[in-house]
Amino acid sequence: MNYRAIRAIYLFEMARTWRTLLQSIVSPVVSTSLYFVVFGAAIGSRIDHVEGVSYGTFIVPGLVMLSVLTQSIANASFGIYFPKFVGTIYEILSAPISYFEIVLGYVGAAATKSIILGLIILATAGLFVPLHILHPIWMLTFLVLTAVTFSLFGFIIGIWADGFEKLQMIPMLVVTPLTFLGGSFYSIDMLPPAWHSVALLNPVVYLISGFRWSFYEIADVSVSVSMGMTLAFLAICLGIIWWIFRTGYRLKN
Amino acid sequence: MSSIISVANLSKTYGSGFKALKNVNLDIQRGEIFALLGPNGAGKTTLISIICGIANPSEGKVTVGGEDIQTSYRKARSLIGLVPQELHTDAFESVWATVSFSRGLFGKPKNPAYIEKVLKDLSLWEKKDNKILTLSGGMKRRVMIAKALSHEPQILFLDEPTAGVDVELRKGMWEVVRTLQQSGVTIILTTHYIEEAEEMADRIGVINKGEIVLVEDKATLMQKLGKKRLTLHLQSKLTTLPESLSHYELDICDSGATLVYDYDTNGDRTGITSLLSDLRTAGIRFNDLDTTQSSLEDIFVDLVRTS
Repeated sequence: MNYRAIRAIYLFEMARTWRTLLQSIVSPVVSTSLYFVVFGAAIGSRIDHVEGVSYGTFIVPGLVMLSVLTQSIANASFGIYFPKFVGTIYEILSAPISYFEIVLGYVGAAATKSIILGLIILATAGLFVPLHILHPIWMLTFLVLTAVTFSLFGFIIGIWADGFEKLQMIPMLVVTPLTFLGGSFYSIDMLPPAWHSVALLNPVVYLISGFRWSFYEIADVSVSVSMGMTLAFLAICLGIIWWIFRTGYRLKN
Repeated sequence: MSSIISVANLSKTYGSGFKALKNVNLDIQRGEIFALLGPNGAGKTTLISIICGIANPSEGKVTVGGEDIQTSYRKARSLIGLVPQELHTDAFESVWATVSFSRGLFGKPKNPAYIEKVLKDLSLWEKKDNKILTLSGGMKRRVMIAKALSHEPQILFLDEPTAGVDVELRKGMWEVVRTLQQSGVTIILTTHYIEEAEEMADRIGVINKGEIVLVEDKATLMQKLGKKRLTLHLQSKLTTLPESLSHYELDICDSGATLVYDYDTNGDRTGITSLLSDLRTAGIRFNDLDTTQSSLEDIFVDLVRTS
């Protein structure tokens, strides 16, 4: 293992975060606070308890996931797309470093960033509603797994994209709708039966459900199914990345 | 001398079907400066990209320092420093940070003293804390070289190192390259400037349409393909050649003021002695004469045109 190379990439990417602190950390925190003001206070005060939890409290795990998902994708896709765009990727490709190490550096940094962000948002939420986490270890496990999985997914998008439009397309057109429809703001049990079945096709449902379970022990699907789906998605992303590097797709051809 | 890079039967076909390299065979000797010449799109950059690991070969085998670039890529790549043609830089990084990053990427432990030396050698020391975007083009080029040297490579690839660099800087760059060679680094440079190859290289390879057309010692090449031209400045103008000189390939130039005679330095007989005596017999007198050797540029243009 070329640990020094992994470290170099990781620190380089983290340095980018600190340089763009406003965009990386402050803006997601501001937008989450707005969600709390709008959904938690303004609308939430008119909504009764959801499965025994006040609405403002209920949406906390979903909101954290919403940010972690979108930020993981954004960080990782931009992290690898930008060197491709400006051409500095030549150095990464010509270095004595394996594909696995490249992924470790980029995805590790992107995931670290979104985990930090998730925790900051959680702390921000604590300012608006009382927080109680029944299974903190599971909460962290879901948080880390989701951050890593979606950073891998973002890495794939970053490799695939050959323009800024494509870079934005998947997050805007696929991930954001899936997250909103994935039960961030409601329990899917509230949906009519037909839509309930459709919702179960949405992978984000499982992530949010599992994450919410670790807070309040309320879940749309069983926690083992949630964990299984998360791991399955992780495996799929790893598989695609393995294929990308094996064939040199969009990198070496 | 032993070869440090060995390219065997290398071909590259791009997804579009374009054959960028066709069965290339090439050996680079340890410690030499090798200049790769070729017109745009000849395959120079593709060849370098494959050796450095940036592009996958379609067929063939490349070893660097005896290590296969695919099965033993870590060892092979750690020997190489690459300065690409385009100025790809992390605009928002400082010079020091970007050069240190390169060293880490190549798995070398930190060595601030060495980085300091590299930056000083390239006259970048004063700019070490500047962001790269604030630097001039020539300085950015030197930052790229510093990055390539940061991990103490044995081989340095310079892809068009002096493209768009002014004369003063170009000469400075040549100095740097010579110093590197003296420290034992093997240098492969591609260039458009024939003058550069002529000035710097020990050996010259010419690539055209994806094929290596020629590899030769510079001196041998100049001699082998070199034609010489004898120019006679006549005392009185000449309109036609006398019959007695018709078997020489003479050209009348400058409306009769000069006579030009091309000859091959390799020939057993250059024909100069008999020409001069025949001129004398014909009563043609001259004030002055000079000979010029054809430049690498003429040779190059000839080669590319005929291949």
